[in-house]
Amino acid sequence: MTAPAPPADVPARPSASAQRLIATLGGFGALAGLLIVSVFVVTQPTIRANKAAALAAAISEVLAAPDRYDTLYVTADALTRELPSGANAETAEAVYLGWRGEAPVGFAVVANGSGFQDNIRLIFGYDVSSAQLLGMLVLESKETPGLGDKIYKDAEFVAQFSQVHAPLVGVKEGQGNGLPTELVMITGATISSRAVIKAINATLERVGPLLAAYDVQEPRP
Amino acid sequence: MSPAKKPPPSQELIKGIWRENPVLVQLLGLCPALAVTNSVANSLAMSGAVLFVLLGSSLLVSSIKRIVPTDVRISTYILIIATFVTIADMILEASVPAVHKELGAFVALIVVNCIILGRQEAFASKNSVGRSLLDAVGMSIGFTLTMVLMGTVREVLGNGTFLGYSVLGPNYEPWVIMILPPGGFLTLGVILLVFSWVKRRSAARDKVASSIGGPAVQEAA
Repeated sequence: MTAPAPPADVPARPSASAQRLIATLGGFGALAGLLIVSVFVVTQPTIRANKAAALAAAISEVLAAPDRYDTLYVTADALTRELPSGANAETAEAVYLGWRGEAPVGFAVVANGSGFQDNIRLIFGYDVSSAQLLGMLVLESKETPGLGDKIYKDAEFVAQFSQVHAPLVGVKEGQGNGLPTELVMITGATISSRAVIKAINATLERVGPLLAAYDVQEPRP
Repeated sequence: MSPAKKPPPSQELIKGIWRENPVLVQLLGLCPALAVTNSVANSLAMSGAVLFVLLGSSLLVSSIKRIVPTDVRISTYILIIATFVTIADMILEASVPAVHKELGAFVALIVVNCIILGRQEAFASKNSVGRSLLDAVGMSIGFTLTMVLMGTVREVLGNGTFLGYSVLGPNYEPWVIMILPPGGFLTLGVILLVFSWVKRRSAARDKVASSIGGPAVQEAA
């Protein structure tokens, strides 16, 4: 579509010089940068605090309200309290060891999996000695409202994660054998249910040996 | 030729609510109207963000209209709009993280919301700061009313709640489709249909009134 030509009796406005165009765009770019960085500096501490509070609340939920927790970073062959060199504390993969008094409660582990709509991000509690899950909370999901979103809205489905043993096996309603590893999937949201199970199993397969090998009595720094 | 007489300032505020409603008449901003109106809270948050960006952009564009060369005006407007959107995004994330997570990418997409750029190009770049601000407030009110209307219809029918509070009781079986994308199209279609019907009816009534009143007025004269 072309712009309508100006009427003949209206003189065309002469184009500005190249220097003026650059100065205008450069000036507004600098002003935009200044404004954005100023707001970033003001809001960033609150955003970080919100994220930390959300993570702490999630850990508290899947580990049944521990007194405190330690952050352990995942490396190729072990869990470590120190942030691996060159890694960013916000993006490095970590698991969280919860404590109640002087006794360890279990690990809270973040898992990711492909759902029906998009990636599902969740956190689950895990007791290494009994290979039992302690709880599960979906952190991010775009699953279909009314169907796939039952993976976090259906209380019965969510409650199963506080007693089931790993590795999880998804079964349809009325078709299980009563095994401790069986988890009844949601009717009408089988793909989303299976995605949660797969995400937890895959994460445990990868991180499980590191959790089992970690000496929980290792002295705190 | 004398310049066209400008309407009173109050008209700049009122026109966006009904006569030039950005969504129902100009059919602009349909992306957020369809995407985030699955709940009233999301509709309100998006409307607040649009109000902030529209007010800030209109204030700045109407203030600098004489110093921005025509050749780079669109680039400058986009830069200004993007700056306010980024600021709105950070403020939302810091103040209401849950709503920010729900809105997802749609906050960033305000940059390409046709209502904002359209008002800068069609109004703020040609009018005083005061009139531009009134226009921005009026358009934002019109946008907000439409968003809240759509959000109310979709949340009540699709979830049985209003702002999260149950309004249709525990026995109501939600029409899940209303909070899914097709529900957005259905709701917008019905609202546009009713809006058009009311406008046509009102125009027909005015026509009848003028055809009856016309000769009578002439006779009286």
